Amino acid sequence: MLPNRRILLRASLALGVATAAGPITLLAQAKPRVIPIRALKFTYEPAELTLKLNEPVVFQLTSADVVMGFSVPDFHTRATIIPGQVIEVPMTPDKVGEFIFLCDVFCGSGHENMEGTMRVVA
Amino acid sequence: MKGPVDRRQFLKLAGLGGVVLVSGCASSLGPGMAGADSDFYFVQLSDSHWGFEGPAVNPDAQGTLKKAVAAVNGLARQPDFVMFTGDLTHTTDDPKERRRRLAEVSEIVSALKVKDVRFMPGEHDASLDNGKAFKEFFGPTRYTFDHKGVHFIVVDNVSDPTAAIGDEQLQWLQADLDRQPRDARIVVFTHRPLFDLYPQWDWATRDGARAIALLQTHDNVTVFYGHIHQENHFMTGNIAHHSAKGLMFALPVAGSQPKRLPIPWDAGAPYRGLGFREVDAERTPVKYAVTEMPVS
Repeated sequence: MLPNRRILLRASLALGVATAAGPITLLAQAKPRVIPIRALKFTYEPAELTLKLNEPVVFQLTSADVVMGFSVPDFHTRATIIPGQVIEVPMTPDKVGEFIFLCDVFCGSGHENMEGTMRVVA
Repeated sequence: MKGPVDRRQFLKLAGLGGVVLVSGCASSLGPGMAGADSDFYFVQLSDSHWGFEGPAVNPDAQGTLKKAVAAVNGLARQPDFVMFTGDLTHTTDDPKERRRRLAEVSEIVSALKVKDVRFMPGEHDASLDNGKAFKEFFGPTRYTFDHKGVHFIVVDNVSDPTAAIGDEQLQWLQADLDRQPRDARIVVFTHRPLFDLYPQWDWATRDGARAIALLQTHDNVTVFYGHIHQENHFMTGNIAHHSAKGLMFALPVAGSQPKRLPIPWDAGAPYRGLGFREVDAERTPVKYAVTEMPVS
């Protein structure tokens, strides 16, 4: 079966090949990995994340109960999560290590333990 | 206490904790302040977390605040006033229980001999209801007052659960600062640190940098705060920031361990890491002598 012409064209463009109109210089853009995270009193699901260095990701955040925060101070990334909404936050980790993400909106009696671990590997 | 030895020297001689001197460079008084100033001292209490339960952390949870009140009452010379910088209570999701705890703190603190006692909330007191219950017992969450030539500003960075001061309060702060001479002696009380001490443990104020930028326009500003349950002394430009010990449990140094967990009780050294502080305000030069006092 012949490959779909549109797929071929898209692949050609992404690779920056020449066409009749001249060289195409579009760079390949990897689609960011989407990481769903659910916040609920008083934890995150999942609470442990592993990311690759320089890998663009989008955190897809939801809250199961009250207004929560999602903060990754080491990467200057944060968002407020409103129940009933899906909040998307892009991030590209630029250093390896183990980092804390935490709720920075005081959400109840277990708020201070609401955190997770983000590992960024090479 | 007797004789010409000043109070700070006396405390040093008596070996009562470390003394931190903070100097400013004021050379004159602002309008209307002449004659109103003299050296004085106040006491800072903080983070009593009334209602907290955890015998491994503090087996005397019901007694520590009362001991602190007794210790203040036992001071040879009484302070001009007492400032309580927040987290009077430990948080609860139950509004009725929150009020019960606030009422009990009010009752315990009423035993202080000093009747000029001022309060501000911490996030445990105020963040779940925007300060509603706190105000019922202790009044406004932000205010100013003047005492013997020093202008005091209480900034609320906890009633908003996102740990923000907020545009409206920042405008209020700016308007108040605009009324003070550039070299006015200014002391700011907050609960959270205004600077990013360690945001990984929520030791920060979302828009604290904006408040600091406003305060930097004055020459003699010092900030006293709570929240982190330990001493910390930090400079942002010409502003000194001093955190206080708590009265329920001590917390570790920022980033010294993976999690922000209370330091376990040490039966060999009970109440270690807990305490209150005295602050001597001296006029010439502008200076605050901070003396940490134990609870025992």
